[in-house]
Amino acid sequence: MATRVIQFREALREAMTEEMRRDPRIFLMGEEVAQYNGAYKVSQGMLEEFGPQRIIDAPISENGFAGLGIGAAMYGLRPIIEFMSWSFSLVAADQILNNAAKMLYMSGGQWGCPIVFRGNNGAGGQLGSTHSWCVEALYSNVPGLKIAIPSCPYDAKGLLKTAIRDPDPVFFLESERMLGDKGEVPEEEYTIPFGQAILRREGSDVTLVSFGRPVNFCMEAADELLQDGIACDVLDMRTVRPLDIDAIIASVKKTNRLVVVDQSWPFASVATEVITQTIERAFDHLDHEPVRVNTDDVPTPYAKNLEMEYLPNKGKIIAAVKSVVGTTV
Amino acid sequence: MTSMPASAAPSPASGKSKYTLSAKLPDATLHKWLRDLMLIREFELKTMAAYQQAKIGGFCHIYIGQEAVVVGTFGAVNHDDPVVTAYRDHGHALARGMSARACMAEMFGKAAGCAKGKGGSMHMFDKPNWLFGGHGIVGAQTALGTGLAFAARYEYEVLKTGPKKVCLSYMGDGALNQGCFHEAQNLAGLYSLPVIFIVENNGYSMGTSIERGTTMAHNLCLKAAGYGIDAIQIDGMDVMSLYDQFKPFADKCRAEQRPGFVDLKTYRYQGHSMSDPQKYRTKEEVAKFQERDTIMTLSNYLLNERKSLSEAEYQKIQADVRDEVKDSVEFSENAPVPELSELYTDVYAEPMPNLSPSGEYTHGAKNPLL
Repeated sequence: MATRVIQFREALREAMTEEMRRDPRIFLMGEEVAQYNGAYKVSQGMLEEFGPQRIIDAPISENGFAGLGIGAAMYGLRPIIEFMSWSFSLVAADQILNNAAKMLYMSGGQWGCPIVFRGNNGAGGQLGSTHSWCVEALYSNVPGLKIAIPSCPYDAKGLLKTAIRDPDPVFFLESERMLGDKGEVPEEEYTIPFGQAILRREGSDVTLVSFGRPVNFCMEAADELLQDGIACDVLDMRTVRPLDIDAIIASVKKTNRLVVVDQSWPFASVATEVITQTIERAFDHLDHEPVRVNTDDVPTPYAKNLEMEYLPNKGKIIAAVKSVVGTTV
Repeated sequence: MTSMPASAAPSPASGKSKYTLSAKLPDATLHKWLRDLMLIREFELKTMAAYQQAKIGGFCHIYIGQEAVVVGTFGAVNHDDPVVTAYRDHGHALARGMSARACMAEMFGKAAGCAKGKGGSMHMFDKPNWLFGGHGIVGAQTALGTGLAFAARYEYEVLKTGPKKVCLSYMGDGALNQGCFHEAQNLAGLYSLPVIFIVENNGYSMGTSIERGTTMAHNLCLKAAGYGIDAIQIDGMDVMSLYDQFKPFADKCRAEQRPGFVDLKTYRYQGHSMSDPQKYRTKEEVAKFQERDTIMTLSNYLLNERKSLSEAEYQKIQADVRDEVKDSVEFSENAPVPELSELYTDVYAEPMPNLSPSGEYTHGAKNPLL
């Protein structure tokens, strides 16, 4: 398969563009997506190709345009609603959690909600407490939603195409810090199925589970750990709902040790859920208590050194892995 | 309505009807309107009785007094124009064409209900009749209405697969102060979307009179003007005069693909919900509106002025709607509850493994309305 190296944002753009060419029911709406060419240039050039009826600038009115998208999805369109940041989705929480997630159920199967909400998730870099939300812990609590979190350009494209084609509401969590990341992406069309984790690195000592941006930190940590003779299985979940628990269990049965790396707060987080399900299904296979590496349980600080300390990083992951294999740091 | 109305609707001295457009409608249409009004009234009386017998649970909001709103506004649009409303929605369901059985069975929590017993009183959905719900969070449905209008216009202009439509988005006056409604209005005005926000202004949001909760309560149309939306105030107690004013307004919104706002002055005879002692208003105030009851006014017009309906025919309608509602209650009492397996259906349109640690989702039984 012929590939080329493109940025994460270009991968997202290709996914949307290809799908919009394929299906005229798809439109993109969000703040600055059209004339400004995207606040983060994800939708650059799309207004030119598809015109103002399908690439639509929205005012700063997240609850309103999220609800508009849901109504349009019920009617039969396939909206992509961009949140400049998932932090701003909080003011649209009623629409995305009550209406998008529950419509199929409330209507007894009459109306689903085929819609994608996408945008930046997680700390963008000194943005402070209100602009650095990681919403996966909050939103994965709600049945009716599917949540995808890509970690690289290849996955960004393949998962977003799957999200757009999926008949359910999909929350697609990107990262401002990854939009410039480069990676190999095939020239040919491809999609990536939901609910199937990918083993990024194979090792027999510890299972490292992560999703989204921290997968990259896990890879850095795994490289360094290998020099100390510790080999990690690095599982990139790709989607957290569905959660490929089968892949985690299979790995844990091999390594007998589990570390989960999650960029949201620890209390009732996805990491917590991964550990709970692992204990429920593979308790006897664990040689050490599972360990989670989350952000610290405080609001996101502004100061650069504090933010660095707050986020999951290579150092914290290495320390966690060493703690479960019984090696001191 | 158990007996013939006593006082005739006032008629001008010339003998000419005060009604304009509606007076030109065929007899069959007006007779159907009367039947729909009476059906909703009877249905709601029996709903209250069933609620008091604890056969209906949850929150339950009765539509009695406001029937003219749905019958008159639906009469002015097409069957395939999308409709969305709030939680006082039994009247909308019935007037849109949902069977009394499907509506009552939903409230009884039965599998034959319009939402298979998963929605309840506040969530009447009817896809074949273009009713996009019944919604519980005050004002949240107005953004959906904006989206339905967006999609209808997109269907017309981009996909070129549909006609010009107009979406009717109903709300109570309590929703006037929700942020979502203001965002919905701004978007509708900005994008020029064919949605009509119909405020069923019954004067109270639960126990708070409109003056105590809403600025500019005496002239709500000025609020819509701030969003560049054409607005009109209509008396909602007389179905025919309501239609006379609403029909041209709706036609214009459709033709020009623009939004509209209607301050529809109506009144609920019952409490906000079934648990409302109604200490915030007087019996005299309720009686004042009942003197202008739409069923009385329309039946008087048909019997005495238009003379298209005989006393016997009127009695037959009354007997028919009683039978229909009685049948819906008996049907609902005897209908089976949902299978427990339905708990995990209709959560996802495309279920897949590992979506939940508590169970596997599957496709549900076919909805009885589809």
